Amino acid sequence: MREKLQTDFERLLASYLHDPKEENLYGVQQLNKWIMDQKIPPDEVLNHYIETLKKLIPDLHSDVKTSFDLLLEVMVGYGVQYRVDKNIATRHQELEDEIEVAVHLQRTLLPESPPPLEGVDLGVASYASKTMSGDYYNFVQYGDGILGIAIADIIGKGIPAALCMSMIKYSMDDMDHHQPEPSEILQELNTVVERNILPNMFITMVYGVYDSLNHSFRYATAGHEPGFIYRADTGQFEDMDTQGLVLGVTSHVEYPEFQLHLAEGDVIILLTDGVTETRFDGEFIERADFCELAKKYLHLPAREIAEKVYKRIYELSGYQMLDDQTIIVIKRVGKNKL
Amino acid sequence: MNITIREHSEREHTIDLTVFGEVDVYTAPQLREKLLTLCQGGSNIHLDLAGVDYIDSTGLGVLIGAYKAQKSSGGKLIISGMNSRLTRLFRITGLQEIMEFGPDNQEDGKS
Repeated sequence: MREKLQTDFERLLASYLHDPKEENLYGVQQLNKWIMDQKIPPDEVLNHYIETLKKLIPDLHSDVKTSFDLLLEVMVGYGVQYRVDKNIATRHQELEDEIEVAVHLQRTLLPESPPPLEGVDLGVASYASKTMSGDYYNFVQYGDGILGIAIADIIGKGIPAALCMSMIKYSMDDMDHHQPEPSEILQELNTVVERNILPNMFITMVYGVYDSLNHSFRYATAGHEPGFIYRADTGQFEDMDTQGLVLGVTSHVEYPEFQLHLAEGDVIILLTDGVTETRFDGEFIERADFCELAKKYLHLPAREIAEKVYKRIYELSGYQMLDDQTIIVIKRVGKNKL
Repeated sequence: MNITIREHSEREHTIDLTVFGEVDVYTAPQLREKLLTLCQGGSNIHLDLAGVDYIDSTGLGVLIGAYKAQKSSGGKLIISGMNSRLTRLFRITGLQEIMEFGPDNQEDGKS
């Protein structure tokens, strides 16, 4: 390998010294690529160059020869840093590859799309501010037209939040789902989270059960940003009730339940605080402004409402997404209007 | 954005901390470090947030961590000076029910 460097330098240097034209430098680009591929450090490259030069010009002035020592010394230092940087770059690439696998795994924790529910149109938009999201949502099918709907925000972002998310997902999967009681589900999750997370971590969550036979939504909240209910008869949004401690602070917490009844055209919007803490020109979006914005899209299918609201907020924020954002839309429609 | 943390200890068994700025993902580590050291001392901590406009979830996590540390060591964490936005945050998260607060917190804006 080193012989190639020596012979290439001899050939290139001889032709350039004989005729210093730009086209005689083209061969250097090829050699440069080969040097990079072989990961030869800069001090070694310079050393070969000096040896070649001494061979081609035997009567090189002794001061020039001596001056190479100085240049070599500089390049040795540069070479050390070059190797450090190479190692960092390699490690960085390895981490990127690992994160890519983790992102893929995280996607498997989230449902691809909501399951169908008679007389209800469901839609989700969920976007991560970084590679991995701290927002979680889930749909649990209990049969007989009953669907569990969960939305959660795990403090922090990235890998720690993703690990926490898997804990929530598998705890929910392990639960006995014959009696869907939102308050009990949050209590159980709180016990798991409180035992297993770092002192300064916590999770906020809403767990609700939609019964499509009587179109009721029974839910409990754990410190989560309140959702909205749009009433078609008044044309107004109302805040959903919220009361309950975030998950993971203390054991034995009670989570009161609330219930909503939906008439045709009514829409529930659940969201994470990444949406409501978006800033426009430095000011937080007001909940009233959010409602005005959302109203423009309520005639659309649920998935489109969620996407359009997300996109509009993203536009208004100047395309700055500081936190993960998730919007779930639950729209009561007529039986044949899905 | 930076935060400033001022510490006074003129009262017996109580350390007063005054915070200025926004407590977010970038500045929360500063507050966490300060509180972590103080929580090991066994004194009550009085946290004045009158100079704080906004606390994000990372900042809230720091306060929860301090609350837990104080609870296990027998000390108190007392929070005061909250603006209406912060009061709302503590109500929504349910922390209002379990943490201790001074008298000078603004009313919840209910927004």
